[in-house]
Amino acid sequence: MKGKFLVLIVLAVLAAGLLAGCAGEEGKQTTTTTPTPEKTTTAEGKKELKAAFVYVSPIGDAGWTYSHDLGRQYIERVYGVKTAYAENVAEGGDDERVIREFAEQGYDVIFTTSFGFMDATITVAKDFPDTIFEHCSGYKTAENVGTYFGRMYQARYLTGIVAGAMTKTNKIGYVAAVPIPEVIRGINAFALGVKKVNPEAKVYVVWTGTWYDPAKEKEAAISLIDEGCDVIAQHQDSPAAQQAAEERGVYSIGYHSDMSKFAPNAHLTAAMWNWSVIYSYIIEQVMQGTWKSEEIWWGIDKGVVALAPFNDAVPEDVRKMVEEEKEKYLNGEVPEQYPFVGPIYDQQGNLVKAEGEVMTDEELLSMSFFVDNVVGEIPAASE
Amino acid sequence: MIDIGFLASLLASSIRAGTPLLYATLGEIITERSGVLNLGLEGIMITGAFTGFAVSLATGNPWLGVLCGGLAGMLLALVHAFFSITLKANQSITGLMLVLLGLGITGFLGRNYIGEVAFYLDPVKIPILSDIPLIGQVLFNQDPLAYLALILAAILWFILFRTRYGLEIIAAGEKPEAADSMGVNVDKVRYISTLFGGLLVGIGGAYLSLAYAKLWTEGMTAGRGWICLALVIFSGWMPQRAILGAYLFGGLDVLSFKLQATGVGISYHLMKMVPYVVTIVVLLFSVIRKRAAFGAPAALGIPYVRGRKE
Repeated sequence: MKGKFLVLIVLAVLAAGLLAGCAGEEGKQTTTTTPTPEKTTTAEGKKELKAAFVYVSPIGDAGWTYSHDLGRQYIERVYGVKTAYAENVAEGGDDERVIREFAEQGYDVIFTTSFGFMDATITVAKDFPDTIFEHCSGYKTAENVGTYFGRMYQARYLTGIVAGAMTKTNKIGYVAAVPIPEVIRGINAFALGVKKVNPEAKVYVVWTGTWYDPAKEKEAAISLIDEGCDVIAQHQDSPAAQQAAEERGVYSIGYHSDMSKFAPNAHLTAAMWNWSVIYSYIIEQVMQGTWKSEEIWWGIDKGVVALAPFNDAVPEDVRKMVEEEKEKYLNGEVPEQYPFVGPIYDQQGNLVKAEGEVMTDEELLSMSFFVDNVVGEIPAASE
Repeated sequence: MIDIGFLASLLASSIRAGTPLLYATLGEIITERSGVLNLGLEGIMITGAFTGFAVSLATGNPWLGVLCGGLAGMLLALVHAFFSITLKANQSITGLMLVLLGLGITGFLGRNYIGEVAFYLDPVKIPILSDIPLIGQVLFNQDPLAYLALILAAILWFILFRTRYGLEIIAAGEKPEAADSMGVNVDKVRYISTLFGGLLVGIGGAYLSLAYAKLWTEGMTAGRGWICLALVIFSGWMPQRAILGAYLFGGLDVLSFKLQATGVGISYHLMKMVPYVVTIVVLLFSVIRKRAAFGAPAALGIPYVRGRKE
């Protein structure tokens, strides 16, 4: 008898535990509504607009998904759009089901915010011709599927100028996640920024092969610092590399958002996303009934990418130099593809682009080489 | 390129990366030596990492965080012990359940802690000794938990192989019926070993969030719990060999970064495989050689029921 009673208790405890676990899972697909009274009074303004977001990782506090979620919150606040999101959705696994569910629930616009969601987005879009789909960072479009992305390399280039000006050892470290064109492009733009102000300096790249293992990312940064790098940049979601720089007393460049909280002394500036610009544009188009499938790839002139405030350690002349280069984008003095304007040499010293030639968007999107002041290799057999 | 500085950097990193592995491996060795298989390391570790971080943030005391991380690990181990020892349930399933439970609960509770800055354990330079070239940087400039792990391994070796109680643990794992007939309370020994194991695994997790990465993110153990299960086999259930194994695996983990930082191109895909390949090789060895040197405790994973022959 006593034994049975015990079993019952255990089962009850276990059930409670599992429920808590499930609540965690469920909590991930939260619908939030803002009770803002100010409705936009456009022609279609009578019907409440519903937008859904599919995220590849947990929202967290500093990374890629976090930056998108800020955009989601923005359109909810400003346009009174009812939004929902699903986070931590596996690419090529659960993604199609999650996207389909949002479509079935009648969401007007569905944003899928990871490259790997591309095929699932296209597949579901075929079955829901009246729903608008927007896929971030991909290249496949359809009648009801648009794409959007930001020219992060422009901000990377500007942060490279800061790094190149601040290094004393002429060795700059770069902790990179996985070798996809977006990451490679960022490294090259950064290196071209370094080269602009400091032709002697080299950018040392370490690949971690992970997006979410902060201990490893930190160790990768430490390896670079031990080899003499005195500025550390990163293409990672966690601020672990920033913390390594702070601990070892060297400088760092953040990514995604202002990471100065984690490294108040080390953090010089950061290349940041501001997705609300693009989300606002798309939502306005939908509200006005003028939405059409577009391939949006905006840069610093539209404010999709930006720099975080400078650390006090960055001297006035460096700030001025960065401002001047940034100004070139704003007043159209340089093409959007800048700094990918010849002469550009690869690591073997081959001339990739001759003087004055501009790399095309296609070339940027499929980039798979390092420029000549980068030290490191691009691992093969990766997307 | 590969000089003293490189070596010192590599070895120091190996110890840092190996320390969380060492804690969890030592914990699992003690658990398994008593005959209980706990596959839930990944879940216990992440629970320790989260609890430690949350407590450190709330109290401002990282040591209290480490302690609570360990206790949280112990609590999960208690669930496992109850199921596998008292209820004689299938140990693999309870263990796997702990993985899901730990990852789920910490993911849920931990979302508000991502991006917080807590209070951490910093390296402590041991005076004079830390000035010795190479060895000083590698061995005497680590954080206190790294030193403690080494001391712990020595103590556990002593307890297991040099004391009567160690004999009882081993007996409970090898021949529980014989131990029972000698007057050993098998269930009690297994309970204590499992709880103590959970404590160490939890501390290993807390090391990750409070001394190593110094932040909290969902799933930050990133598979280290599974690596430790392999390490237990690698070390042949011996604490002294666990030291070697943990630092070796930790070193393999960071070697590719070190090489890349010096400009040597090396595929991280390849490097990621190495620990697993090493484990498979060791497993092969354990099959070929006699089991005394490499083999698992004979009654590992088998619930003990008095009077019943398995």
